[in-house]
Amino acid sequence: MDHLDELENISIHILREAYANFKNLGMLWSIGKDSTVLLWLARKAFFGHVPFPLVHIDTAYKIPEMIEYRDRLTRQWKLNMVVGQNIDALSLKQTFPDGAVDRITCCGLLKTEALKNTLSAEWPRVRYNHDKQCYERDFNSEAFTGIILGVRADEEGSRSKERYFSPRDKQNEWEVADQPPEFWSQYKTDFAPGTHLRIHPLLDWTELNIWEYIKRENIPTVSLYYDQGEGKRYRSLGCYPCTTPIESSAKNVDEIIVELKTGKLAHIAERSGRAQDKDGGGGLEALRRKGYM
Amino acid sequence: MKEKITVDQIDNKETMNIVIVGHVDHGKSTIIGRLMADTNSLPEGKLAQVKANCERNSKPFEYAFLLDALLDEQEQGITIDSARVFFKTEKRNYIIIDAPGHIEFLKNMISGAARAEAALLVIDANEGIQENSRRHGYMLSMLGIRQIAVIVNKMDLVGYQQAIFEQIQTEFSEFLKTINVVPRSFIPVSGMQGDNIAAISPNMNWYKGHTVLDMVDNFTKEAPLVEKPFRMPVQGVYKFTRYGDARRIIAGTIDTGKLQVGDEVIFYPSGKKSRVKTIEQFNSPPRQEVEAGYAVGFTLDEQIYVKRGELAVKAGELVPKISTLLKVSLFWLGKSPLIKGKEYSFKLGTTKIPMRLQEVHQVIDASNLSVLKKEQVGRHDVAECTLVLNRVAAFDLAEDISSTSRFVIVDDYEISGGGIIREAIEDQQKWVRDKVFIRNYKWEKSIISPEERAEKYNQKSSLVLITGERNVGKKALAKALESRLFADGKIVYFLGIGNVLYGVDADIKNQGDNKSEHIRRLSEVANILLDAGIILIVTAVGLSQVDLEIIKTTLMFERIETIWVGEKITTDIAFDLHLEINEQDIDGAVSELKERLQEKGVIFRPW
Repeated sequence: MDHLDELENISIHILREAYANFKNLGMLWSIGKDSTVLLWLARKAFFGHVPFPLVHIDTAYKIPEMIEYRDRLTRQWKLNMVVGQNIDALSLKQTFPDGAVDRITCCGLLKTEALKNTLSAEWPRVRYNHDKQCYERDFNSEAFTGIILGVRADEEGSRSKERYFSPRDKQNEWEVADQPPEFWSQYKTDFAPGTHLRIHPLLDWTELNIWEYIKRENIPTVSLYYDQGEGKRYRSLGCYPCTTPIESSAKNVDEIIVELKTGKLAHIAERSGRAQDKDGGGGLEALRRKGYM
Repeated sequence: MKEKITVDQIDNKETMNIVIVGHVDHGKSTIIGRLMADTNSLPEGKLAQVKANCERNSKPFEYAFLLDALLDEQEQGITIDSARVFFKTEKRNYIIIDAPGHIEFLKNMISGAARAEAALLVIDANEGIQENSRRHGYMLSMLGIRQIAVIVNKMDLVGYQQAIFEQIQTEFSEFLKTINVVPRSFIPVSGMQGDNIAAISPNMNWYKGHTVLDMVDNFTKEAPLVEKPFRMPVQGVYKFTRYGDARRIIAGTIDTGKLQVGDEVIFYPSGKKSRVKTIEQFNSPPRQEVEAGYAVGFTLDEQIYVKRGELAVKAGELVPKISTLLKVSLFWLGKSPLIKGKEYSFKLGTTKIPMRLQEVHQVIDASNLSVLKKEQVGRHDVAECTLVLNRVAAFDLAEDISSTSRFVIVDDYEISGGGIIREAIEDQQKWVRDKVFIRNYKWEKSIISPEERAEKYNQKSSLVLITGERNVGKKALAKALESRLFADGKIVYFLGIGNVLYGVDADIKNQGDNKSEHIRRLSEVANILLDAGIILIVTAVGLSQVDLEIIKTTLMFERIETIWVGEKITTDIAFDLHLEINEQDIDGAVSELKERLQEKGVIFRPW
């Protein structure tokens, strides 16, 4: 049993515990490498099936290739795909940089608010209809009580303190100082009405583990991660106004693994291309306490 | 946190989780900061940045600041939660878990420590052994972490004196001995000055042992327990027919042992058995064998009804213990104490059972090992208790297989305690259960599944148990219910206890007090009728909770609706519905009962 096996099996165990304990369970799929590995692990856990909906928050500023990739896999893997959006903020142009708000506010509106209201079903959401091959209004109005996320502990400081099963209160807020104990593969699966849990099966994975696993399992990834000949590639994917590629000539998974192993990126934070982390005093942690992923 | 690595260094290197524990302010974060700095595991410029930051705020630089990833930690200056940092040596990759030392955050310390394969326990040479030095030592042993190195920190503050180090070593070794822990070593260090962290210190020539860095490389990686008996708590039974998949897969993570295609498996506590037909995996070549550590799935030769919470075991190997009464050692983390007379949830493996505290044998103060006689278990106490479960559980004893002896207790949505089972106490249902195991083991299964029958008959087979005092209208109600359901087209049957008494019980009818055996036989008859898919109505006078336990133990099915009829409640039975029957309006009672069955999904509503 090698290290990837160890990580894979713990993650599968967590996914199955989540499936057994939450009636309204969903998985957040950001289209990035981490949550796509998570999706793959779900197919492993359930023997080729994904028995819960995938939720994507479409900020309308995602790089178009990400959306094409999302819909292609949705069809191929017969995924139950649910999409949510902050329609009001978009129509009122409360966006960055083309609107009147800063990055953090834009993130708060297009991601955090959209996520909260999509999960609680307070805002309309759309679901992919595999017969008609299009998205249509989702009339299921039940809130998700468990949401699975591809958060990793090594991404940045605040994520290193997460639990596998992490409760969020009625305001969606995270009590960093008072988290439930977690030991012996026993997780917090009981929760008061109105609260929900976030489930993090990838907590112990590193960026390198993710790429090694993508290689081992031959998982399809979006081509933005690879250099297309311009000496640049994306290391972390987000909205195009706030995400910049890094200098890199890695053209495929193998070359990314070599790049990570040889330490070329050792002194650059993985999310350094994500501008919202740097704004304001608290950056990502302040965002996360309010419900950001 | 990014690491500096080269290809040949990382190739095939294993990863180990190490937790660092100890009393608050004894210098855990400093030691980690120093380890990272001295092994060049910090991001470029980080050290300079933190130093500059300190200078700006006119406070002395500390290595601990390197770890302060969260804002409120910096404000309070103490670690509140286990943070993970990544670090490497030539030998392997490490995840260092920094566990908080403050008593308030014991549950966070436990969450951190439970992930670890080895532990570093830090004691301040200047302050000496403190409350949490001992408590953390105790917790590590309860959690099952056997590789422990004790680091005596801040040696610089005591003039690097050998005598002070040795006094702590002697005193703490004695303490650890009483809880059966033998530490791998004691290391005198100064996190602040870097003595004996990554390199042997010239300040303590009297010390001939390992540096901290050597010590962690000397810990051994614990392999999954493949040589132990096979144990797999069933996480779920998956049938994704909706997706066009006919396989019925028993899924779970193997705790110990191994499993092969063709092996006979028995599920406890039900005692049902079958053979492994295939081992299932997605995106992997077919396998004939799987072992401990793997999250797997397998199909069976026969379609037996097993469900989440059962323990899969291999025939011919150690049989797990089965009981509702357990003698345990536990630690309590809950804000409210563990008390008698309150219902909790008991979680072991994948099973979850309502539970009560029956007795507290003794409470141990983990910080000094003094033994107290208390009626309840308070926050941060360690205790020996007897627990009573509402339903039977399958488990192992801590001395046999530790993973399947571990449980947690949930109080008001929160995991509030954990422990290990020391002893299974025989409960009142054991004689019935022993018979049921043999019966289940020998049971000839129909090729028609309970689900197929339920679909065909448009009902879920269930036992409607009507009890109460004499002459309160139980039989009249039972017969009226039978007629109503029959008229609705249900497959229903009323069985009076007398029908069993003179036939099935003829051999024991005239022998003294045989109530328990009468009930057991009645339950066996009921079990057959339920297996046939029927809604069975049974009446009996004055059933008690013990009687109900016998019935529950005997039936393969959990669907029992218990109805108490009559004004006066004269036994301790936990009933689902209380009815008072007015002879003129028996139909009203029948309607109420029918509604109840609809609510429970036994029969379906017509709209």
